[in-house]
Amino acid sequence: MAILDFFSYSIENLRHRKLRSWLTMIGIFIGIAAVVALIGLGEGLRGAITGQFGFLGPDVLAVQASGLNFAGPPGQAVVNPLTKDLTEKIKSIPGVDIAVNRYIETGAFEFNDIQDIVFAWNVPENKERSKFEKMLNLKVSQGRLLKDGDKFKVVLGNSFTDEDRFGKPIQVGNNIIFEGKQFEVVGILEKKGSFIFDTAVIMNEDVLISEFKDDDSVNAIAIKVNDLKSIGNVKRNVEELLRKERGVKEGEEDFTVQSPESALESLDDVLFGVQLFISIIAFISLVVGGIGITNTMYTAVLERTKEIGIMKSIGARNSSIFTLFFMESGFLGFVGGLIGVAIGVALANLFAFAGRQALGSDLIKADVSLALVFGSLLFSVIVGLIAGTVPAYHASKKNPVDALRFAK
Amino acid sequence: MKETVIHLDNVWKTYKMGEFEVNALRGLNLEVKKGELLAIMGPSGSGKSTAVNMVGALDMPTRGKILLEGHDISKLSESDLAQIRGKKIGFIFQQFNLINTLTALENIALPMVFQNIVKEERLQRAKYLLEMVGLSDRMHHKPTELSGGQQQRVAIARALSNNPEVVLADEPTGNLDSKTGETVISFLQNLNRKEGKTIILVTHDANVAHHADRIEFLKDGAIVKSKKNMKGG
Repeated sequence: MAILDFFSYSIENLRHRKLRSWLTMIGIFIGIAAVVALIGLGEGLRGAITGQFGFLGPDVLAVQASGLNFAGPPGQAVVNPLTKDLTEKIKSIPGVDIAVNRYIETGAFEFNDIQDIVFAWNVPENKERSKFEKMLNLKVSQGRLLKDGDKFKVVLGNSFTDEDRFGKPIQVGNNIIFEGKQFEVVGILEKKGSFIFDTAVIMNEDVLISEFKDDDSVNAIAIKVNDLKSIGNVKRNVEELLRKERGVKEGEEDFTVQSPESALESLDDVLFGVQLFISIIAFISLVVGGIGITNTMYTAVLERTKEIGIMKSIGARNSSIFTLFFMESGFLGFVGGLIGVAIGVALANLFAFAGRQALGSDLIKADVSLALVFGSLLFSVIVGLIAGTVPAYHASKKNPVDALRFAK
Repeated sequence: MKETVIHLDNVWKTYKMGEFEVNALRGLNLEVKKGELLAIMGPSGSGKSTAVNMVGALDMPTRGKILLEGHDISKLSESDLAQIRGKKIGFIFQQFNLINTLTALENIALPMVFQNIVKEERLQRAKYLLEMVGLSDRMHHKPTELSGGQQQRVAIARALSNNPEVVLADEPTGNLDSKTGETVISFLQNLNRKEGKTIILVTHDANVAHHADRIEFLKDGAIVKSKKNMKGG
């Protein structure tokens, strides 16, 4: 008996018992839908967060003062902020390629008589400029990047070109007002998909300091190492330097030295924990679904005892009977899985949409990967097949004479 | 002398019913020649059905030998027996035993499915057989949409689908009125005469049995009388 014949015969039998087949499949597709929806949402969230912060390479370290940090840019409102002189000292640590002061300034932005609160950050000058631009992969879609001596000139993130933000798109050559000072727009960044770039006002470091800063504090220090292998050593040396400079003991640090990747990893751990928990619950529901399939298949074997006898009398081998019921059971799992995946994808997108509407954040996205889709399908087929093994074996072992005598 | 197709040699079949043992067959000896139309008669409980199950390789004897074309099949595996049933034997049952979820055409094609015959060939032969039993216009009907006589004709067509050596008909007219029964019997007779098929007919109806070349009378699991029908219907 060819596999295609088994297939069409199995489908025909399931169609014949529509209601029961559907009820059985509910057991599978609830579990699969839950897995797909929740893992898809988790992946979407992970992807979105990685997209926002993961633009820095693995060879970058960020130094921040810690302690009190209320809403606002990192490193602000801390008790003991970092200072510019630390950056100079860090530069002398072996293995450090560049160390850059990071200033982040929130302020009122005005264009076309419309105001909004935005944040500005700096680009370093001189020889560090090109390395920094390379590190962040800064590129313009219009105009040019900043150069030394650009006073009252800014480069804007791509979202400023949105028509509905300031009534009309901001273009190169337009003048804008930031915190009461007028700036000329010399460039618009390429769209990056990260708010750090897309919503930023970028200006030269000396302009940002002279116009908006009244002390030596910096929000953060970005360090790029020469060689990725030495990142551990550099991190230890920076920490030691900071402890000495800030007079704190090991274990009592009021600062953090972290690579963006390791920060993402700790977030990943949390997400993974949540997904694992969901998966365990879904697994339990699939086991219950599998038991449902076993039950249905046993009923089918009993109901079709005479049919089994007939098939054996006209030449069906035990293996044919086994395959027939086995495939039917696998098919229940497969169709259940298919519906589950479809519902799961729909639910994930629905939740993501509802989340975006409720929170007004683009961060909530659904990301259902092909691996998740095919993994779920494969798993539901396996559940179906395992659930059908014992009933199919019983069917195949039926004595043809007894089976033929069986009356419904 | 025609060659022997089936030979039951001192076949015993014992069923255990709790503590009791019931002998359905007690040393049954039966020879069926190629191209013969044989009737097995007997009252209910005489072991007719058990005998036909043995002949059809559906059941195995407790003792004794079953020779099909000279080969002892009483020691074969279930899988080999299934192959033999599929290729060499065609079954016709009193209850028709068609599969209700399949159409007439699909029912007839099913035994060929188990012999791995390609779909095109299966359908072609199934259509030919349907035509032969005069049911071409009922091809896509399910068994429940057919009359008893039509169902039995589909069952006859199914029994012939793998062109078997032997056709076993267990009370084929038992569920039919006498007129339809006659039609079915004449089909079987035609098969025997024109196609040269060996037919074993199990019946308790003397009117049916007298169409056979030979009648074997079974009682208490053994042949008690044989009768040759010279005119053969």
